[in-house]
Amino acid sequence: MMRAQALLAAGAAAVTVLVAGAAAQTTRQQTTAKDLRPVSSFQSVADQQARSIALFEEAGKVLHHPRCVNCHPATERPLQSDAMRPHQPLVVRGADGHGVPGMTCNTCHHTANFDAARVPGHPQWHLAPASMAWEGRTLGEICAQIKDPNRNGGKDMAALLHHMAEDSLVGWGWSPGPGREPAPGTQASFGALLRAWADAGAHCPPS
Amino acid sequence: MALAIKVNGTIQSVDVDNDAPLLWVLRDALGLAGTKFGCGVAQCGACTVFVDGKPMRSCTLPISALGTREVTTIEGVSGREAEAVQQAWIARDVPQCGYCQSGQVMSAVALLKQVKKPSDRDIDLAMNGNVCRCATYVRIRAAIHDAARALEG
Ligand code: FES
Ligand code: FES
Repeated sequence: MMRAQALLAAGAAAVTVLVAGAAAQTTRQQTTAKDLRPVSSFQSVADQQARSIALFEEAGKVLHHPRCVNCHPATERPLQSDAMRPHQPLVVRGADGHGVPGMTCNTCHHTANFDAARVPGHPQWHLAPASMAWEGRTLGEICAQIKDPNRNGGKDMAALLHHMAEDSLVGWGWSPGPGREPAPGTQASFGALLRAWADAGAHCPPS
Repeated sequence: MALAIKVNGTIQSVDVDNDAPLLWVLRDALGLAGTKFGCGVAQCGACTVFVDGKPMRSCTLPISALGTREVTTIEGVSGREAEAVQQAWIARDVPQCGYCQSGQVMSAVALLKQVKKPSDRDIDLAMNGNVCRCATYVRIRAAIHDAARALEG
């Protein structure tokens, strides 16, 4: 009897795992389309505000992607992997986004990806400031956040667009090395979407 | 590829593959076996050395990325903090099997160079990338406090 109960419990656990796995799969397919629509495909949206919002939502596929959110975490601890698990070992943002004395990001993350060990790298590897936490935020919230110089590190629109389109640490999101899905599209197509969003008034999605 | 690298104050010539991790250059090419291999994927801290005075995992640093930076290993670490850590480690009998300890010592010295009076949280955050399969964590934390006190006096 006890054996039967144990088997049942094990079976139920396995089913739970399968269902959870399927749910995760669905979410991933929805949120990580591989390409970005070109800016030209939004010309047909006549209303400027609606076009601006649609452009931002397309760029939002990148903003919501694990390659971006993992280092824009809601807590002081980054996430890692496509499954967005808490970073192992435990590391924290620290005062300047580069970790704490004795355990900075570049203790382990060196100047380039080290594919043999699947450890990503970049000379400036660090976390976004807490004011730029995107994890769990809607695109409307992220839009308001990135436009706000009080939260975005004092960037005006030109500086913000430059950061998104040119910054090489942002660009790492498209060259993450094996075992990590790149952000959708290219950094150039992402930058073009945001430039067109800004040109159309930089309107934010309502939520 | 023939290279000249500075390790523990001395320029050394090595002939190794470009992508050889610093850890294996130290251990195999230079015979500095105090730095240990635990995981090879920056998850355990056993391979911690200093690169230009900063703690780094040597298992994931290809030798081609080292450049002119200077490496310090457990064989060469010195100075007040290193001596205080050594004394505290002996007094507390910190090691069990010892395998992780060169990495632990390097991380502890790095912490004390930057934070003179570390709190428990400072210690935990600086040290939790150094895994100890013998679970000597409680003694490590106590010994770092001891070393900090010794450095004060
Ligand atoms: S061997 Fe380098 S961190 Fe484990
Ligand atoms: S003392 Fe044995 S692994 Fe740490």
